[in-house]
Amino acid sequence: MKKVICLRSISRIFSLLFMSMSLSFSAVMAQEAPAEDVQKGKQLFNQNCAACHALNRKMTGPALAGVVAKYDGDKEWLYAWIKNSQSLIKSGDARALAIYNEYNQTQMTAFPLLSNSDIDAILAYTDAPEPAPAAPAAVATAEAGAPAASGISNEVILGALVVVFGLLLMMLVFVRRILTRIAQVNGIYTEEAKTEIPSFWKYFSNNPFLVFVTVVFLLLFSAYQVYGYLMQVGVDQGYAPIQPIHFSHKIHAGDNKIECTYCHSSARTSKHSGVPSLNICMNCHKSIYEYKGNPEGPSAADIAEGYTNEFYTGEIKKLYQAVGWDEETQSYTGESKPVEWVRIHKLPDFAYFNHAQHVTVAGVACQTCHGPVEEMEIAYQYSPLTMGWCIDCHRATEVDVKGNEYYASIHKALSEKYGVEKLTAAQMGGLECGKCHY
Amino acid sequence: MASTKNYWKSEAELNSNDPAIQKLRNNEFVSELPVDQFLGNKETLDNTSTNRRDFLKFVGFSTAAATLAACEGPVVKTIPYVVQPEEIIPGVANFYATSIANGFDFASVLVKTAEGRPIKIESNREAAYFSGANARVHASVLSLYDSSRIQGPSLQGAPVSWSDLDKAVIDQLNATKASGQKVVLLTQSYASPSTAALMAQLQAVYPQVIHVAYDAVSKEAALNAYERIYGQRALADYDFSKADVIVSIGADFLGDWQGGGFSAGYAQGRVPSQGRMSRHYQVESLMTLSGANADYRLPATNAEQKRILAAIFGGLSGTSIAVDLTEAQKKMVDAMVADLRKAGSAGVLVSGIEDVDAQLLVLAINQWLSSASFDPALPRTITSANASEVNAIIPAMAAGQVGMLITDGVNPVYSLPNGGEFAAAMQQVPVTVVFATTPNETTEVAQYVAAAHHYLESWGDMSPKAGQYALAQPVIRNLFDSRQIQTSVLNWLGVDMSYYDYVRAYWENNILGASSWSQALHDGYFAQTASGRSAVASVDAASSAAALAGSQGVAMELVLYTKTGMGDGQEANNPWLQEFPDPISRVSWDNYATFSKADAQALGIVNEHVANGGLDGSYVTLTVGNTSLKVPALIQPGQAPGTVGLALGYGRKSGLKELMQVGVNAYGFYQAFQPVQEVSVALASGMHEFASVQLQNTLMGRGDIIKETTLEIFNTAKAEQWNEKPKVSLDHQEVPASSVDLWDSFDRSIGHHFNLSIDLNACTGCGACVIACHAENNVPVVGKSEIRKSRDMHWLRIDRYYSSETSFEGDNQKKDDFNGLFGDEGSLGGFGQLEDPSANPQVAFQPVMCQHCNHAPCETVCPVAATSHSRQGQNHMAYNRCVGTRYCANNCPYKVRRFNWFLYNNNDEFDFHMNNDLGKMVLNPDVNVRSRGVMEKCSMCIQKTQKTILDAKREGRTIQDGEFQTACSAACNNGAMIFGDVNDPNSQVTSLSKSERVYHLLEHVGTKPNVFYHVKVRNTTEA
Repeated sequence: MKKVICLRSISRIFSLLFMSMSLSFSAVMAQEAPAEDVQKGKQLFNQNCAACHALNRKMTGPALAGVVAKYDGDKEWLYAWIKNSQSLIKSGDARALAIYNEYNQTQMTAFPLLSNSDIDAILAYTDAPEPAPAAPAAVATAEAGAPAASGISNEVILGALVVVFGLLLMMLVFVRRILTRIAQVNGIYTEEAKTEIPSFWKYFSNNPFLVFVTVVFLLLFSAYQVYGYLMQVGVDQGYAPIQPIHFSHKIHAGDNKIECTYCHSSARTSKHSGVPSLNICMNCHKSIYEYKGNPEGPSAADIAEGYTNEFYTGEIKKLYQAVGWDEETQSYTGESKPVEWVRIHKLPDFAYFNHAQHVTVAGVACQTCHGPVEEMEIAYQYSPLTMGWCIDCHRATEVDVKGNEYYASIHKALSEKYGVEKLTAAQMGGLECGKCHY
Repeated sequence: MASTKNYWKSEAELNSNDPAIQKLRNNEFVSELPVDQFLGNKETLDNTSTNRRDFLKFVGFSTAAATLAACEGPVVKTIPYVVQPEEIIPGVANFYATSIANGFDFASVLVKTAEGRPIKIESNREAAYFSGANARVHASVLSLYDSSRIQGPSLQGAPVSWSDLDKAVIDQLNATKASGQKVVLLTQSYASPSTAALMAQLQAVYPQVIHVAYDAVSKEAALNAYERIYGQRALADYDFSKADVIVSIGADFLGDWQGGGFSAGYAQGRVPSQGRMSRHYQVESLMTLSGANADYRLPATNAEQKRILAAIFGGLSGTSIAVDLTEAQKKMVDAMVADLRKAGSAGVLVSGIEDVDAQLLVLAINQWLSSASFDPALPRTITSANASEVNAIIPAMAAGQVGMLITDGVNPVYSLPNGGEFAAAMQQVPVTVVFATTPNETTEVAQYVAAAHHYLESWGDMSPKAGQYALAQPVIRNLFDSRQIQTSVLNWLGVDMSYYDYVRAYWENNILGASSWSQALHDGYFAQTASGRSAVASVDAASSAAALAGSQGVAMELVLYTKTGMGDGQEANNPWLQEFPDPISRVSWDNYATFSKADAQALGIVNEHVANGGLDGSYVTLTVGNTSLKVPALIQPGQAPGTVGLALGYGRKSGLKELMQVGVNAYGFYQAFQPVQEVSVALASGMHEFASVQLQNTLMGRGDIIKETTLEIFNTAKAEQWNEKPKVSLDHQEVPASSVDLWDSFDRSIGHHFNLSIDLNACTGCGACVIACHAENNVPVVGKSEIRKSRDMHWLRIDRYYSSETSFEGDNQKKDDFNGLFGDEGSLGGFGQLEDPSANPQVAFQPVMCQHCNHAPCETVCPVAATSHSRQGQNHMAYNRCVGTRYCANNCPYKVRRFNWFLYNNNDEFDFHMNNDLGKMVLNPDVNVRSRGVMEKCSMCIQKTQKTILDAKREGRTIQDGEFQTACSAACNNGAMIFGDVNDPNSQVTSLSKSERVYHLLEHVGTKPNVFYHVKVRNTTEA
């Protein structure tokens, strides 16, 4: 049911593979250097047009690849349209009216600030052939390179040490055997070898005190083990369930640096951080319909895990299905299927936790409790979420009271009382039972 | 030595040769045990290789497997919205203003919704009128989640579509229009201007439609009297805050009299300020909330009340009216007349006598006083019911003159005295349509049952008083395929608009003027100046008084009344209200006949405490006319001899869970809408088991539990005299008990320190706080049998005490005068006498919840530190830490801790709202649902105080006074409970804590509670 992945090893492999990937990166880039204006056009396109247009795909507006050819190279018309489509429509231009009506009379944003050369650059980009997908050869070299790079690993060092010690031990045994043989050959008296050496076991069993102490230690040790086992019952640290949609926090929070509370907005005001509703996803994914994370293609490690661009694009399609988004018509079908996420962090009912208190008031970073979410390909529970863990933090954390009028008088009085400059959450009453249990 | 005696059970046994007898002797069981049946085929059983050891192995293996499997944590799913509504943030409650008008209760309320679920009703304090929710309104949110709700329209019990129902109604409307038969629309009083307009529209299209409003509990006499003098079918309004002298002749105006809602104004005048408070006279037959709060109370039968009213009129007007009164009554009348004369316009007289002459006289007396409290110009328009119209329906139906009957919000088969006739007459009507939220007696006999919205799912409006308007909006989408009648009427009329559009258009055209609809909807109410109504006729007071003066009593009067918990019985399936102890009798889950002690003795009625701690009472048979009922009897101190009280609203059977089918239906006695009937009483066999939460009815002279004094002493004497602080001896010095400490005290000077102030003068015992606490804190319902074992779970109780002498002061005096063990002044017999309440006792109410002691006895005895103290003054209870030793409850001097003897949720033994998914929707997500075997108690609503603190922290501001509230203090309409931070020098609770009237409960114990009470001051001259 619960699948806990050995994350450390995975992340290690990832880091290795990325290193090797970066080696092959420059080579790929060098293959096809695009023309300068195409480069500039791409930039402008992404800034201004990509929200509604794609090159080879109908979105809010038409696909733009080959748009110059579509309008028979009539760049003047295109300039006029892009700078202010509405005035063109009002003037009764037949082509303008046709495209306006084809797209349900959706007004295109006017771009009066774009110069003709800017527009030329964009059009050049739309006309440029698409860059070929990354060469698989690069991946192969990366794979080959991977083991070589892993020489620094602790495990390898440890393994080498074990081998060395093993060799030393063998050498010792050999030396002893040789010395004994030499002694025998030389006739040196070797009686001591034959005298009955009191075996350790006999010595041990004849010493009741030692037996007693050992038994006591064994019992204590096993009790400790049992206690340790029992204490982790119900602690789901590392719990990383398989989710219905493979949502990568790494891509969203890490690669794209989206702030946590952009999606988990209720963490600012509510006790719940809240799983974002699907309309939040669609804010971006209305235009981001496919994953193009690495222009040069996925890394070997990603491929090993199956995290190809096609895979991620497939996950976006799952989102479309759930939210009921028809890509063809660029509209909602109204048939939605809510996503049943598997809950990772779950406190028992008797513990009250409020996100707003920690996120907004205390200004605690999400990562303090949730770990390096921006690196998590699969989200997992980073902290044990036990009461001891809460209390440790409350004892250690100093309350940030600057600029908060609520704390002004309370903080002054309390810090005088305790004779300290800064107060911990515990000193503010953060250890009282009823603050979290009611 | 072995006995040779033979014991025999029957004569046949003596014949030892009988084979049957032989067999019986040898076998324990007479018939052979059907072992084969439960073990299957005997042959297979013999041949099987499974032996006992194998069986144990299997058991062991499966147990081990189950245990191992249990280690695996469950997979919990989280399903977010697809499109999250803008106004909903999971975990943050929203409040919406709406209003309730169900024909019996009227209030502007705020509804707290959690993730779209309404979970609590709060009073809408900003509303200008009916701003206080009573106990029933607080409980009404649970009725939304009644698992027995009707889930869709049906025809003869089979589901039918709304369009089919509409078609049937429209066809019949057209058919009756052609045939000339009537269509009767029998509904509750809506008090809704838009609904009235809609019904008029229906009648304009279909003139054969007759709209009859029907109140189960009628206010006919007062309506008739007002209509005669002021020309409108309405009720004169009263504002008791403006009265110095209040005289009530049989009006329970603190209860449900004329729609209720008077207690807030009353309480304002009852708190002594600048040496003044109002004086309240009450003449009544039963012990009511109003009588319990009165300064002077006189028990009198209905006929005596009429004579007293005539005598008061005579005294005030100076006309001599020959009235037959006893000495005590004369004395009371003289006092009332003298005080009313002196008060002049600051006096007011109200009456609940269901007699037009009496009500006319009330209008005349208040007119004569030119009473400031009396407001006939802007009357209450809560009801449009007309008894004669209701009475005419059954004959018309029986005669076949009615082509269709449509009802909404009423249950006439249950609540009419001749409900059986109504049901029979319904069979003569070709089409019957009953709108109802839950199955009831009327839906049982109806053809079409139309599932109606709960009021929290409905649009609506009300105008409870001239110039005062309130809006109702749905706070949740209808849970089932239900519809409100207004929507249906619009459909029947072929009007293509929703009722929302209709209400809005009506308000914008007729009410709002230039004001904004959105603002009115947001506020939930709208007030405008209305033109006052003046008298169109003058009262012929002399003849009314003469008619009353001659009224003659009967041997035994039955007085029908409504209880604070159940009202008219609409919410009989509401477990909170069933479990709500009656404020006066403290009995829950029942109605019963109340008797005076004298009558009980004469009739041989006994009330006794039995070995298991329960209260048992005799049964009596009450007979009015041809109707008889066997009813349990309860002896009620303060009841007028010659009267029997019986509450309406109980005895519902149809559509109710078996556990909820309690009490008897007293509507059978409510003939001609007269609450007073001649009755004959006979003792019946058997004893009834009551579920009473308070068996000790008197204080036995322990004046330190409820301290009280009179206004005279309060004004003239020093506080030490009437509010003596208990002293203890320390080093042979008498020092205040609160100054002696065993332990070091916590430092509570920094941060918040919560205190709750309870003013015994303002508390009328209405119980709104009890239900509010129930709703806020997920307090479980335990049922009648558990209550009987004193296992009630109420975190907040309102203790009611009777004096044993004529006053509590008399009790104290008697106790102080005890001298020795035996004899006339002996304590041995004396304490026994003190246990008996007086025939007309003084009554005091005292809300008691966890006192949140700063030196809590419970904290020191908990072996696992599950209950501990906080710096903010709250006594914490960590349920998950509790192991259930119950030491704390035993060590609590206030007996406010409650133990979960059973699992009260998901348990078929307690089949109340927490046992079904629908009912669980009412639970407050911020408060834990407790499990079996743990202690629970009032937390001083820590979830609310913590939220207030967090909101302030988040917004970076200090907290204003009044922001801190508990469920009970927020629910108190009378201002009796004030909660706040005593470390805030400007807070109301801080100034209250400095009052001379402050005392703590059992102060000598030294617990230093954070709840404090105010000495009750009575405005009496003697004692």
